[in-house]
Amino acid sequence: MTDTATPMNAAATGDWEVVIGLEIHAQLATRSKIFSGSATEYGASPNSQANLVDLGYPGVLPVLNAEAVRMAVKFGLATGATIASTSVFARKNYFYPDLPKGYQISQYERPIVERGSLEILLEDGTHKVVGITRAHLEEDAGKSMHEGLLNSSGIDLNRAGTPLLEIVSEPDMRSAKEAVSYLKKMHTLVRYLEICDGNMQEGSFRCDANVSVRRRGAEKFGTRCEIKNVNSFRYVEKAINYEVLRQIDVLEGGGTIRQETRLYDSAKDETRPMRSKEEANDYRYFPDPDLLPVVIAADFIDSVRATLPELPDQKAARFAAQYGLQIYDAGVLTASRELANYYEAVVQKLAGDALGAKLAANWVMGDFSGFLNRDGLELAAAKVSAESLAGLLIRIIDQTISGKIAKDVFEQMWADGSDADVVIEAKGLRQITDTTEIEQAIDNVMAANSNQLNDYRSGKDKLFGFFVGQVMKATGGKANPAQLNELLKKKLSA
Amino acid sequence: MSLTRKDVEGIAHLARLEISEAQLPVYVESLSKILSFVEQLNAAQTTGVEPMAHPLAGEAQRLRPDEVTEQDQHVKYQANAVSVAAGLYVVPKVIE
Repeated sequence: MTDTATPMNAAATGDWEVVIGLEIHAQLATRSKIFSGSATEYGASPNSQANLVDLGYPGVLPVLNAEAVRMAVKFGLATGATIASTSVFARKNYFYPDLPKGYQISQYERPIVERGSLEILLEDGTHKVVGITRAHLEEDAGKSMHEGLLNSSGIDLNRAGTPLLEIVSEPDMRSAKEAVSYLKKMHTLVRYLEICDGNMQEGSFRCDANVSVRRRGAEKFGTRCEIKNVNSFRYVEKAINYEVLRQIDVLEGGGTIRQETRLYDSAKDETRPMRSKEEANDYRYFPDPDLLPVVIAADFIDSVRATLPELPDQKAARFAAQYGLQIYDAGVLTASRELANYYEAVVQKLAGDALGAKLAANWVMGDFSGFLNRDGLELAAAKVSAESLAGLLIRIIDQTISGKIAKDVFEQMWADGSDADVVIEAKGLRQITDTTEIEQAIDNVMAANSNQLNDYRSGKDKLFGFFVGQVMKATGGKANPAQLNELLKKKLSA
Repeated sequence: MSLTRKDVEGIAHLARLEISEAQLPVYVESLSKILSFVEQLNAAQTTGVEPMAHPLAGEAQRLRPDEVTEQDQHVKYQANAVSVAAGLYVVPKVIE
């Protein structure tokens, strides 16, 4: 038996190889629904955005949203996929209260996008190409609510009919980490393409994971379980890891895996089988007679291609080349378009300085991103503008302040949005670069610490750091570090 | 083609229809007859014929500009709902 408390790594799965495929539902950022003129705004009062088409009233006719088609094509082009010249909508039949028509309009035999791929960066620095089997357009269902209702559920159909792009991967991933890496990359891509806002909390970007295990070297896949709707990167990883160990436990105990849909319970960190939908696997798909085949002309595809932005991989490669960054750092900086634009705006203000690009990278990835995370802020809400951060970095470059003092200045800038120069002046943080002044401080420290001085001179080199610290303390951290080092060395060995 | 009793029970469940013991054999027989009738289509030679998704051959789906054209009319729409509370349609409890 495998110990379920063992942290996941290759050794933990021993003889077993993990096989994962993901189905991602990306809510397309259209103003209106996929088949009706209802608004798609999040958080509206219940059922205020559900009209006759969304409610499945008899006699209504769905009409396809052109923007949803354009977005699907854009996604297909960005993943090097084939765009179907003719694609077909089908009805997926099942009963559920949040699905008023009794069927979901989806695509089955002829999806709009097929055979694409996405490259991910693995932990060991190598790249891996994950295949995209297909991506199809479909409508979302409504939402069920149970709180405050006794023996009944409340249905809000505002979400019913919201356009989704379901992106189905090949079973190409071999660990939860790879799956998360793919998921993050896809999240980055759909936001670059501006086809999805990527808001996982609001359910705009959701993921189901198909997980199975097989003996290493085995050709046939094991029986898979589908884990439904896990809504954060962290939970996707935990849910998959739990499920992998559960399956290995069952198999090593001589049991068999039942193909089923399971839900991840983040509070208990476990997956358990879903109660319903088990026998509903017979969806009886058939082409929707209300919708004609969607014909996509080559010139339309060309016009969409012309609107493709610089994609994450292209941008990261350019950043690495143009700014002399490590590819990993370039990847971090280009994880969102907003962060990449911010970084480039900072670099532009530092134009001409060879160290500027690297310094800016460290600050944008370090303190700036760290503070955004700490405060749970979107980049747009940060009080430190790109221009303002550049102002701070210029003061590091021209040695007005040290990198260490800069962190304190940044803290103040973050809190009240003031400029670096204002903070430096107000707090008197200007670095001491006057040689006489630093020498004076060194002399004082040497005089006050004659024992340490003797020890140092008799070979205790390590005490150098002690003297640096003492002089820094005496100058309020403002002595220019490079100058201090140089002068101190001279004086100590004099 | 003939259906079994179990087939009919399965179909009834998928369609959420309640069929009594007495009715079951009637459905088994009549549904089987319908299938056998339709089965004659299998005699048609369809090799090399591309399946049609729609009888309107050559027509393409019209697209709609992405504009919000609908107003909130939920009070009107909910007038014929069995039960409504706080703007929600209320149904027998569904749990996962």
